[in-house]
Amino acid sequence: MADMTAHPQAGERAERTRNVPVLVPAADIYETEDALFLSLEMPGVSPDAVNIMLDQRVLTISGCSRVSVPEGYSLTHHEYREGNCERAFTLSLAIDSDKIEAELKEGVLRLKLPRSQPAPAKTINVKTAE
Amino acid sequence: MVRYSPGTDLWGEPLSALQRIQEEINRAFGDQRWSPPAEFPPINIWRGLEGIIVTAEIPGVSLDAVDLAVHQNTLTIKGRREPEAREPEAGFHRRERVFGPFSRTIPLPFNVDPEQVKATAQNGILTVELPRPESDKPRKIKISQS
Repeated sequence: MADMTAHPQAGERAERTRNVPVLVPAADIYETEDALFLSLEMPGVSPDAVNIMLDQRVLTISGCSRVSVPEGYSLTHHEYREGNCERAFTLSLAIDSDKIEAELKEGVLRLKLPRSQPAPAKTINVKTAE
Repeated sequence: MVRYSPGTDLWGEPLSALQRIQEEINRAFGDQRWSPPAEFPPINIWRGLEGIIVTAEIPGVSLDAVDLAVHQNTLTIKGRREPEAREPEAGFHRRERVFGPFSRTIPLPFNVDPEQVKATAQNGILTVELPRPESDKPRKIKISQS
């Protein structure tokens, strides 16, 4: 079973230049025999504003939602914020980075990270000296 | 004098505002302490001269699964968040997303003509435009000289 924890340093490395909140998107993560699946809730983020990066074992997903202010309107009741979202995970599975699939639909980003195939096991015959 | 009525009035509810701030702080800081918002979907309300715009975060919900109803001065958003299909032998690492039915009723400061309401959804954000009826708009009153 592969262990997975949120990357502790993510978001703490440096201060952001833009003064917008950085949200942590809710995630479902599960693994099957041949791949790791992630789904993250990123409402308000358009597909071209998503960045997915796999650097060695750290998978970083970030996206920014454009703050939309309807013209002539002012916010009177406020329950959610629009802003950037970012989350990073340290993977302990070996992932085939060329075969990662990503899809953003209805504000949910779905990622499929196929495991990299291990080199086939080799059997070595031992000769017996007679 | 206005009597305080807890619960239903969105137009002046100081405690819930504090609760939202708390939730937001939690969401912004700790990935370990992530907790789903108390009410789903979270909404923002915009008010202008022409009416009201309600936006709601509904990630993973298709428009077919959302039921919008306007009755006099209330807007009801109902729907269902369907869990994703996955392979039966899948092992979970994290399960933070919430699924199931949801319903929210939003009181509006005026009566709305249901025919005039427009709703769109993009990237998991539902936008409902509720125009203000002509009878509710402010009118300039001429003062006649006698």
